[in-house]
Amino acid sequence: MQKLKLVMVGNGMAGVRTLEEVLKLAPDLYEITVFGAEPYANYNRIMLSPVLAGEQTIQDIMLNDVDWYAEHGIQLHLNKKVVKIDRKARVVFAEDGTEASYDRLILATGSNPFILPLPGNDLAGVIGFRDIHDVDAMVAASQNHKHAVVIGGGLLGLEAANGLKLRGMDVTVVHIGEWLLERQLDKTAADLLQKSLEDKGLKFLLQKQTEQIIGKDGRVAALCLKDGHEIPADLVVMAVGIRPNSALAESAGIHCNRGIVVNDTMQTYDPRIYAVGECVNHRGIAYGLVAPLFEMAKVCANHLAEMGIGRYVGSVTSTKLKVTGIDLFSAGNFSGGENTEDIVFSDPMGGVYKKLVLQDNKLVGACLYGDTVDGAWYFQLLREGRDVEGIRDQLMFGQSRVGDVGHQGHNKAAAMTDEMEVCGCNGVCKGDIVKAIKLNGLFTLDDVKKHTKAASSCGSCTGLVEQILASTLGGDYSPAPAAKSMCGCTDHTHEEARAVIREQKLLSIPDVMQFMQWRTPNGCASCRPALNYYLISTWPREAKDDPQSRFINERAHANIQKDGTYSVVPRMWGGLTNAADLRRIADVADKYAVPMIRVTGGQRIDLFGIKKEDLPGVWADLDMPSGHAYGKALRTVKTCVGSEFCRFGTQNSTQMGIDLEKAFYKMWAPHKVKLAVSGCPRNCAEAAIKDVGVIGVDSGWEIYVGGNGGIKTEVAEFLVKVKSAEDVLEYSGAFLQLYREEARYLDRTVHWLQRVGLDYVKKKVLEDEAGRKALYARLMFAIQSENDPWKERTVAGEARREFEALTV
Amino acid sequence: MPEVKSICCYCGTGCGVIVTSDGVSVTGVRGDPDHHANRGRLCTKGANLHLTVRSDATRVLQPELRLNRSQARHGSTWDQALNMAAERFARVIRDHGPDSVAFYVSGQLLTEDYYVFNKLARGLVGTNNIDSNSRLCMSSAVVGYKTTLGSDAPPACYGDIEQAKCIFIAGANPAFAHPILFRRIEDAKKHNPDLKLIVVDPRRTDTAASADLHLAILPGTDVALFNGMLHVLLWEGLADFAFIHAHTEGFDALKATVREYTPKMVAQLCGVTEAQIIQAAQWFGQSGATLSLYCQGLNQSTHGTDNNAALINLHLASGQIGKAGAGPLSLTGQPNAMGGREVGAMATLLPGHRDPMNAGHRAEVAQLWGVPTLPERPGKTAVEMFEALRSGEIKAIWIACTNPAQSLPHQQLVREALEQAELVVVQEAFAGTETAAYADILLPAATWPEKEGTMTNSERRISRVNAAVPPPGAARADWEIAADFAHRLGAALGKGDLAKQLFPYKQAQQIFDDHRASTRDRDLDITGLSYAVLETQGPQQWPYPEGAQTGTARLYGDGVFPSGNQRARFSDTPYRPAAELADARYPLTLLTGRLRDQWHGMSRSGLVARLWSHVDAPRLEMHPLDLERRGLKEGGLVRVKSRRGELVLPIQSCAELRPGQAFLPMHWGSRFLSGQGVNSLTNNACDPQSHQPELKHAAVQVEAAHLPWQMVALRSGSAAKFMDKLQPVLGRFPYAMLGLAGRDAEVLVLRAAAEHAPDTAALSELEQWLGLDDDCHALTYRDARRGIAKRLLAEEGAITGALLTGDTAAAEWLMDGMARGLALDEVRNWALAPLSAPPSGQASRGKVVCNCLNVSANEIELEITAGADLASLQEQLKCGTECGSCVPELKRMIEFSGAESCKN
Repeated sequence: MQKLKLVMVGNGMAGVRTLEEVLKLAPDLYEITVFGAEPYANYNRIMLSPVLAGEQTIQDIMLNDVDWYAEHGIQLHLNKKVVKIDRKARVVFAEDGTEASYDRLILATGSNPFILPLPGNDLAGVIGFRDIHDVDAMVAASQNHKHAVVIGGGLLGLEAANGLKLRGMDVTVVHIGEWLLERQLDKTAADLLQKSLEDKGLKFLLQKQTEQIIGKDGRVAALCLKDGHEIPADLVVMAVGIRPNSALAESAGIHCNRGIVVNDTMQTYDPRIYAVGECVNHRGIAYGLVAPLFEMAKVCANHLAEMGIGRYVGSVTSTKLKVTGIDLFSAGNFSGGENTEDIVFSDPMGGVYKKLVLQDNKLVGACLYGDTVDGAWYFQLLREGRDVEGIRDQLMFGQSRVGDVGHQGHNKAAAMTDEMEVCGCNGVCKGDIVKAIKLNGLFTLDDVKKHTKAASSCGSCTGLVEQILASTLGGDYSPAPAAKSMCGCTDHTHEEARAVIREQKLLSIPDVMQFMQWRTPNGCASCRPALNYYLISTWPREAKDDPQSRFINERAHANIQKDGTYSVVPRMWGGLTNAADLRRIADVADKYAVPMIRVTGGQRIDLFGIKKEDLPGVWADLDMPSGHAYGKALRTVKTCVGSEFCRFGTQNSTQMGIDLEKAFYKMWAPHKVKLAVSGCPRNCAEAAIKDVGVIGVDSGWEIYVGGNGGIKTEVAEFLVKVKSAEDVLEYSGAFLQLYREEARYLDRTVHWLQRVGLDYVKKKVLEDEAGRKALYARLMFAIQSENDPWKERTVAGEARREFEALTV
Repeated sequence: MPEVKSICCYCGTGCGVIVTSDGVSVTGVRGDPDHHANRGRLCTKGANLHLTVRSDATRVLQPELRLNRSQARHGSTWDQALNMAAERFARVIRDHGPDSVAFYVSGQLLTEDYYVFNKLARGLVGTNNIDSNSRLCMSSAVVGYKTTLGSDAPPACYGDIEQAKCIFIAGANPAFAHPILFRRIEDAKKHNPDLKLIVVDPRRTDTAASADLHLAILPGTDVALFNGMLHVLLWEGLADFAFIHAHTEGFDALKATVREYTPKMVAQLCGVTEAQIIQAAQWFGQSGATLSLYCQGLNQSTHGTDNNAALINLHLASGQIGKAGAGPLSLTGQPNAMGGREVGAMATLLPGHRDPMNAGHRAEVAQLWGVPTLPERPGKTAVEMFEALRSGEIKAIWIACTNPAQSLPHQQLVREALEQAELVVVQEAFAGTETAAYADILLPAATWPEKEGTMTNSERRISRVNAAVPPPGAARADWEIAADFAHRLGAALGKGDLAKQLFPYKQAQQIFDDHRASTRDRDLDITGLSYAVLETQGPQQWPYPEGAQTGTARLYGDGVFPSGNQRARFSDTPYRPAAELADARYPLTLLTGRLRDQWHGMSRSGLVARLWSHVDAPRLEMHPLDLERRGLKEGGLVRVKSRRGELVLPIQSCAELRPGQAFLPMHWGSRFLSGQGVNSLTNNACDPQSHQPELKHAAVQVEAAHLPWQMVALRSGSAAKFMDKLQPVLGRFPYAMLGLAGRDAEVLVLRAAAEHAPDTAALSELEQWLGLDDDCHALTYRDARRGIAKRLLAEEGAITGALLTGDTAAAEWLMDGMARGLALDEVRNWALAPLSAPPSGQASRGKVVCNCLNVSANEIELEITAGADLASLQEQLKCGTECGSCVPELKRMIEFSGAESCKN
């Protein structure tokens, strides 16, 4: 198929970034032609200031040299200014007559420095600050001349002034505003800035306007201000802003209004023609900073690659002044206004001033002077629109103070050296991560996890890795939406993994990983327990249970508590107990000095504060079955008094509960499973919020499924009414086995039901009698093979080793 | 360096001190090893006395006056001030009679001062309206002695502590209030392990914790306990009937009364067990030598006289009086309450233990003074005096050396009275007192150690008080001011010659000689004493009649009592409950008491930063169960209300009280605290005989005060200077308190809380007052919506000021740091962050337990956790090895190591 023709007018940062993105997404879609008016390939325009200051060279700031264009088959026309677009014929023409036809056209014509309409503005030595040519002119002037005047106290003006000063000139900045950088700083911060720049030798004339530029022998000689003052000037740099360069588009009849007007997919009014960068007016805003341009580039490329899902909705911008020795950062609405709130910190002795602006508990602006280490963090909070109410009082004191007091006052990630370890689990250092991000072009947390394994185990360093991503990528970082795959280790879904295990009869985690081409050699904390469960539930007795793939609670067969001790809940069938059991519990409590004993909501007794090494002893002394209160397994079967004693009871619910519990005890499941049996519709056992709830009625039992009393209460749905206790066991067992076989790991019954629907369950459990019996039989078989974990571990042997202290 | 012997000016123990000075200012104070009371020892307060001697703005340095209340006072000469005072007094006396003026003096005056004031009121003006703040302190003891023993004379002496076999302490906490006597008790117990120490106190004070038997009776049930003990003495055959028959009268009526005070009934009334009552009575009766020590717990009661008498009954019934190691010995609160009693400068007394209602006594004194008669209309006692001032019956008042706007109960009434008065003259050394604010004429008085005279301590020992330095500014000795005024008043009243005749004094010694003459043939006869004798033989106990060679250690050894028939008289004392009992609306009984390191209204002790390190703020103590029941959180602010007033204070959980009780130290007035001070809550109901108000018991209610906005201001430098400036700030907040911190460098601390942040103008005013408004040297943080504004001032690199509002988490460690000159650079990044834990290297010390050697609770706890006992604590940290005041606390810390304990 013939490639589409993509032509780009302009060879600046926004445009070339768009091409890079297009090449990434659809490398073979277009035949690309680029026209550049400058004689250089693609360079980093924002680094011109350090070049002027003599801190970097042109070579240092080249982004893509001509070879890059060649490598990617891009036809590059340098030094050729496009002067005409024939939209009907879809052809562009350069000044020299070169033409190129297009299917898609990108206008990336950038902006022009605004030259004040003053008498004398055409004299030699009056320039803007826009490109390498301007830098060359300034460097040359600094070698032959003494006095420089910069008109404009904005970012560019100050950077130019600083560069010229460093080049040895006597520099005066003439600024019309009340203070410097009034679009980036409030007055307090600007005063501090002015003072430090004055300390560097710069001179400032604020609230001054230029009347005219006086020349001598065709070159600028002085500046005459409106108040009558005259300043000697051998060089005048106008840095009073930029104007989007939309002349070409206008001449082609494309709608422009202070820039080429584009929609959210970066298309102009001619849908074949896109525009990105400083030439653009998006939602009324023309951006002059690099981060938004890159965001535009991404969206534009996405659309050009025919994916069509990206939308550009505008950017929040942040500013840094590239003057060595001056830390300054501002972002968002730093000056505040109605309905905003300020938090201000000032330390004039330490040369620090910070102001944060909040609105509706969100950070909407920041202005930092003297200490900008937290700038990236504030910018992140600002872009994310995160609610900061909870950390409001710490906000000013930096990310490292939030929940982690006493650290040095730096953004933790930025302050870390490359050798410092980020991920303790996998031994990953900051340098590894930064390298991986740069080398492999990583953009998401999952990418980093895959490449470095950082944050792929315990996850406690996730925040730090995100910080590193953010600080390495700058504006390019955006947290990715959660993938549907099991985890970052694989692209396969839970269902696929289960199917493969069943179909291929895989019996161990390494087998699964190998067969399914896991990206990581050993998986992670989310895929391993799931795979382990899928294996043992699919192939009971045959698949090998891997204790290391279970959570600590299931490994220890007790619930770990916040202080590192464990809680022990012995099983009490249907909530029934007797004097002997109670006495043993009491004896155990005395013997092991149990600090808290509590009756649980599931009608059993919970002993808290047991040391890990005491667990086998406690189990032995209790001599009661495990309550599995720690496991993704059958927990309790709650019962009411039932017909034996209750005046209202219609059925012997207590016995039914005991029978159910004894039948399903030792059953592992995707998540915890709770049952209840009530003896009448008064439902004292709260059967309506259990995974399986059974309610006795005059003529038999009603079975309800999918209830949940958790974070979001779900009322169980009616499944079936059965006559006998045997039916109760079979129907509820079949339901549970279906859940065990088909739900995703960590799905409660309700979540699974919501996905598959109750009708599906009814079809499998009610309508298909043979299927039901088979399900029940498989459940019984699975349970049969399980031993009581406590009993196993009270005798010395492999299982007990987990609890024995290692003596060296 | 010149050294001068004198007496400590705090409590009634009367410790001898040696004051060193460079002639202008005092450089140090140490205990006088030769003085009988203390043998060289001093407590924390006494040991820091030199730090209270100032000549700066904390003192009244010149007379001040105002012509009307709408004006501020302005400085004046002595002539202007005293002439104005004399004219105004004379006018009032001419228009409304002599009883329309009153003099309110102090147990801290020297005997000579007292004498002149008494002569002024009774001899020149012709009114009995002279009373002393001893009314709040010892008047129940006075009447208690008089009704039983016949005269106001404590029969026992300090030496009895060493000779006693049982010491019975009731309503006193000498571990805090009379530490040097408590040292003697500890020593006595060390030398005689069989010595039984019984302590009767509703609270488990450090004194009570040291006892062999602590009877934690319900407040105000002392009489019931003593009656019950008498019942047991009789039942168990421990009464000394021979003594009763030979030397007493009135026993039968009392015996009939105590018949029904069975241990069972008393146990119910007092809330202690029968066994404890019987045990106490047995030890008391069987010891052979029981010494009773008692103080405000008995006196400050509407049945104070009965409390005293019922305890003396026990001594009479068991014959334990007049013998070595036995007898009742009231501990006086003030350094010279005894002296005031001797010269009769109280409404109910006349010089030489005479009675103003006794015509013969009046005639004797009139003759001594050379006036025709003395007034016979009863004078107003303290509480009555201020009630009369409020009603307009009294129109002009002269207040000397005392601070009624802090110390009298029911402050609302007292302040109304001072506002209502036509003329208030305040003669005072310390500029910041609550009462000084009400003065129309403020007169600068000399104070310790700037004046000379004599004082008498609890055991009747008269000591010379000598001046070590001259008074600052225009200050003069109190008697000089009184005498000067007397001359001018005399002239204004047309009695100039009488005044000249009555007040010929040029030297304190002349006054002492007059006073001496007035005691001739009285029970306190000191005609044998003179300044010369006191200087050559040292301090002496009265009586010391002419011709005697020594003083008298112990009275009534012969069984002869100074009553008409030479017999002691049993007082029939049925138990009656306190005036204001807890009820459903005011469900808690508020007890008041003292702290170890503060004294009275803190006009003197409050100036010394290190005396704040043991307890840095007033806190309402309540039992943990009461906190729990009310959902109150330790450290949270509560509003405590009585029928008379209310206060907002932080609350402290304290298991040393019973549930249903609350405790508040008596020291804090409106100078340090928002509101009208602790006594805004207390009851002004008085004992009908002694006229002493019931400062110890009030019914209160306590509720959480919801004041989420908090503020702490800290400023180092001359804290006292800032303290006066900040005075008006206190009233702007529902809770506010001023205090000091630090040791060598003092730091002013202002804490406040309110419902909402005040407006920024108020805060910037505060910044100005604190001198924090130098923007160039300040670190600031501001979050207006949260009501948070924080500001830190650094001068020459060190943090010298802080104003934390809205978030005060860092206040404690900043305060600690400022007290030792913390450099800003050490904590720059954290200084304004909401950090309650100090940054590493900036440890908080916690309260200072051993003030002499500056050892903090945290440091002690650390050693105790490591297993230290008292000896090793003293060895390792040196705490408790100087004055010993903290030893009971150290013992308690060891005993309750790990447990929460709030005892101050």
